[in-house]
Formats: sequence, structure tokens, C-alpha cells
Amino acid sequence: MAGPAPIDARIKKTYPATRDSPAFVLDLHLEAGDGVTALLGPSGAGKTLTLNCLAGFAKPEEGRILVRDELYFDAATKVNVPPDRRRCGYIFQDHALFPHMTVRQNLRFAADSARRRSKMQRRRRIQELLDEFELADLDARRPHELSGGQKQRAAIARALASDPKVLLLDEPTRGLDYRLRQSFYEYLRKAKAALDAPVVMVTHDAEECFELADVVFLIEEGKCRQSGPIAEVFKAPASVDLARSLGLYTLIEAEIAALDPGRDTSRIRTLNRELEGEVDGPYLRGHLLGDRGWLCIRRHEMRVVTANHREARNAMRLKPLAVTRSPRGMRVQFGRDFNVEMSEADYAEVRGERDLTVYVPPTAVSFLPL
Amino acid sequence: MSTVDLFPLWLSLRVAALATLATVVSGLAFAYILSHKEFRGRNLLDSITTLPLVLPPTVLGYFLLVMLSRRSPLGALYESITGGPLVFTWHAAVVAAYVHSAPLFIKAARAALDDVDYRFEWAARSLGASELRTFLRVILPLAGRSLIALSALCFARSLGDFGVTIMLAGNIPGKTQTLSVAIYDAVESGNGGLARLLTILVAALALAVLWPASRWASRRGVRQAA
Repeated sequence: MAGPAPIDARIKKTYPATRDSPAFVLDLHLEAGDGVTALLGPSGAGKTLTLNCLAGFAKPEEGRILVRDELYFDAATKVNVPPDRRRCGYIFQDHALFPHMTVRQNLRFAADSARRRSKMQRRRRIQELLDEFELADLDARRPHELSGGQKQRAAIARALASDPKVLLLDEPTRGLDYRLRQSFYEYLRKAKAALDAPVVMVTHDAEECFELADVVFLIEEGKCRQSGPIAEVFKAPASVDLARSLGLYTLIEAEIAALDPGRDTSRIRTLNRELEGEVDGPYLRGHLLGDRGWLCIRRHEMRVVTANHREARNAMRLKPLAVTRSPRGMRVQFGRDFNVEMSEADYAEVRGERDLTVYVPPTAVSFLPL
Repeated sequence: MSTVDLFPLWLSLRVAALATLATVVSGLAFAYILSHKEFRGRNLLDSITTLPLVLPPTVLGYFLLVMLSRRSPLGALYESITGGPLVFTWHAAVVAAYVHSAPLFIKAARAALDDVDYRFEWAARSLGASELRTFLRVILPLAGRSLIALSALCFARSLGDFGVTIMLAGNIPGKTQTLSVAIYDAVESGNGGLARLLTILVAALALAVLWPASRWASRRGVRQAA
């Protein structure tokens, strides 16, 4: 890609320690493309602060924020564009619809404030948005007369009514049930399709990243630990700590038993007595035979193999510690952070066996150094 | 009983109305600056605007008398604009009532503005609304209920100033004699009947303003919470 990314932000902001909280330093370089960029991390990592710096509600001490070649902030030349001239459509967790205005008035406030179109065009645009987000019949209602899903739609429509250059979302689905989440994703995709603007979304939910994001930044303690296209980042997290906090992996202490660059494979042997075994993985560039570290397996890709189709290779014979019901059937526990889900029918086949065979697909394996 | 001179009543109402207007306009500006702007000397400004609440009326009255006398720059400026002195006119009574009620308004209005969820403000700004537009269209309407009740309180308080008024505007019947000063005058001259009548008048007037405002504010408050 030629030229800088649509959003190019270097942000440094420090908070000294107070009686209640330790010192905090946000220091990261965010490059976001035209798609959806997710900032993923635990609470208190500095994700929302990053968003607020982009929108102009927080002022970094150092750095530079460029959005579509427009300078929003530059510490060196003391440029700090006020929030109302940054055109960041900011969608808040609780929507922040103005309670003293109707839905239509909320949208009109946005369109009139932004002044991007003539009066006639604004009126038409508002009607379009009301229709598109199924709010036409609710336009005279106040926010407290709307359901959760309707508020969501109104919040997205309001943000679009101001013709934003960037869309910023702060944990937009926190506390919502499954159905509302799905409908939010649907409307957001709709908004994204209609809007030629990058989207930056803060979330602490890895699943949500897969629903919406193209690129993910893993943020912890004010730093970006890893970033890249979502599939790549989740395929191999950069460190054991990251893998742990993402919560999607089974981690077992292990060493490299074989490396075969010719066939692009490796063999990793676990060093845990309770979880003994060897699995194939991809060739591990930059590692040596005998290196110790962690075998990292994407948990959802493992399968318990039933008697009918035993796979000879890449399976571990393991003793189940506990079996519990789960929304997807049965969850068989083999160790800490090591459980495999299977259907009830499959479980019926292996019930009572002392050891079970767990198939580990080589594509689900990575090796993390100590 | 001879006819009661109602001039103090009309004067007090006029003074209180003008002082309240000045209080609301300038008080909102002070309250907004104190609640929204970070600058050096903010706490000093906060303390200065609170000072009239704690100083004795005599100190305050004397201070204003010196500040606004015909020989002071401010007094001279006023005189050059209006053609007459400020002190010992009913305009001075407005100043006195203003100083009496504005500190209270600023304190409470600041709290009311702080109470407005910052997210509404941020939402408005991010949608492209300027600071002024955000204040007028979002913050003010959301804080409006408390601010209207507060204005009523300030009106009632403006009715009741005595100390600063008598020092700055004096006690000139038919010119600067407000209700509270007239009561003092009646008691001094042994006219107990008039004093009682005017006392009841002041109390009734204040109640007539405060009660509806309080009822209105609490009813709307309940509806908002529901």
C-alpha cells in the first residue's frame, strides 16, 4: 500500500501513581487501515484512552495523530484539533443518545452540527438513515422509550448522520445478550458498507474481533503487544502471557523433539507428566532442536477421537480428569486450561474409557519460547 | 390604618428580578468555566466567588462602597456612562442583591453542570457541535431543571439582602428603600404593625417563588428517573 495508513497515531500519555492506582503509561503506535481495527485487551489496558486520544477527548503528551492525511494532533508543533472538528463518529457503550431529544432530533442535531450538506440534503439523509436502520416509526420517541436494540440502531444512525471520517466504538456490545449482539454486528456491517471510513473498535472479547475486525491490536498495560491481520494474530500469539490472556489456547510445557525444514514440519514433545505426548506442528523457524518452551494449541480445534476413526499420528493419549456439560455438548477436562468439547453422541462412544485419544491438528499448533 | 406605602415591594421585586438575571447569566459563565476548564488559578477563582458567602455583610458592603464610590475607577466609569453615580441609587441595590445571590448560584450551578454525564457532551462534540452549541443544546437542557429551581432560589435570596444593600444603596424612602430595609426602618421607628406586615409579605413572596419551583423540580426529577 502506498502512503501512510488512513489512521496513523503515535500516542504517549502518562498518569502518575496516585493513592488508588499505580502509574500508567500509554505508549503505542496505531496504524489502522480502511477496514475494522479492533483494540483487544483486558480492562485498564488503555484501549479506551487510545480511542479518546483519537477523538480529542484526551490529550497525549507526545506523539502525532494523522487521520486520512489530516493532522489531528502533533505534540511537536502544538497542533490539537478540537473534537468537533475531527469528525470522529464515536459510539459509546451506553449509546449516549440525548435524553431530551427524540430519535429524529438526535439525528438532526448530528447532521446540523456537522454541516456537511445543504439543509435539503440533510433532511433527506436523515430520512434515509431512519429508514435504513428501521427507525422511521420510532422517530418521535425519546431514548427512554426505546428498547436496547432500537437504541443501538439510533446510536449508529446518529453517528452516520454527522458524516464521520472515522468511526470509533467503545465496547459497543458490553452487557448485551447474544441476540442483541448479533443484530448489532449486522447493523454495524451495514454501516461499514455504506461508509467509506476506517472503524476502530475497543473490545475485550476475542469472539467479537472475529465477528467484525480485519486487523487486531493486542493491548496490555498501555503497550501494543502484537498486531496484525486477525487470523495471523490468533494463529500464533507472540507470548505465553498473551496466549493466556486471550484465553483461547491450551499451553503445555514442551521441548522441540524434531525439526524438518524440508517438509516444513516439527515435532514437539510435552514435558508435563500428566499430559505426556508428542505432536506435529509447522516448521519452527529460528528454533533449535531441544529448545524448551510452551506448546500452544488452539483449544477449539482439538478433538477427542472415538474408536471408529482413530488417527495414528498427532494424537495424545490422555486421562480425563472431569467431564461436565457445556452448551455444545460435553466438556472433557484434561488439565488446567485444557478441555475439549465433544457432542453427546461422541461422548457416549468413549464413556468409561480410562484414556482418551485427543487429536491435535498440526495447523492448530504453535511453539512459544519461555 | 393608613394606606401602606408599597414602594419597597415594587422596588424589591425589580431589584430581585434584575439581580437574578445578572446572576443567572454571569453565574452560568463562571460555573461553566469552573466545572469545565482546567487552568492555573481555578481554585483561586473558586474561592473568590465563594468569598461573599462567608464575609460579613458589613465587610462586603464597605468593600463595594470603596470599589464603586464616585472616586473609584469603576464608579467613575459608571458615572461617565450613565451620567450619575452608582452608590446610593436603586442600581446599587441591584449590585448588592447580585453579590448576595451570585456565589450561591455559582456553587450550585457548578454542581448541576458537573452532574450532566460527560458522555452526552462528548457525543455532541464528536458529532461536530462546537463548545457553545454543546452548552446551549445539550448541557443546559439536561441541567435545566436544577438550574430553574436554582434561579428561583436566587430570586428569593435577592429579595432578602439587607446588610450590603443598606451600606451601598442606603435607606432613602421612595428611592432605595427595599422591603428588608423598610422593615428595619419600621422597627427602628417603633412601627411594629408595619414591620409585621412587611415581614409577612417578604416571607410569603419568597415562599410563593420557592414552593412551585421546588414542586416542579422534584416532579420532573421523578419522571426523569422513571
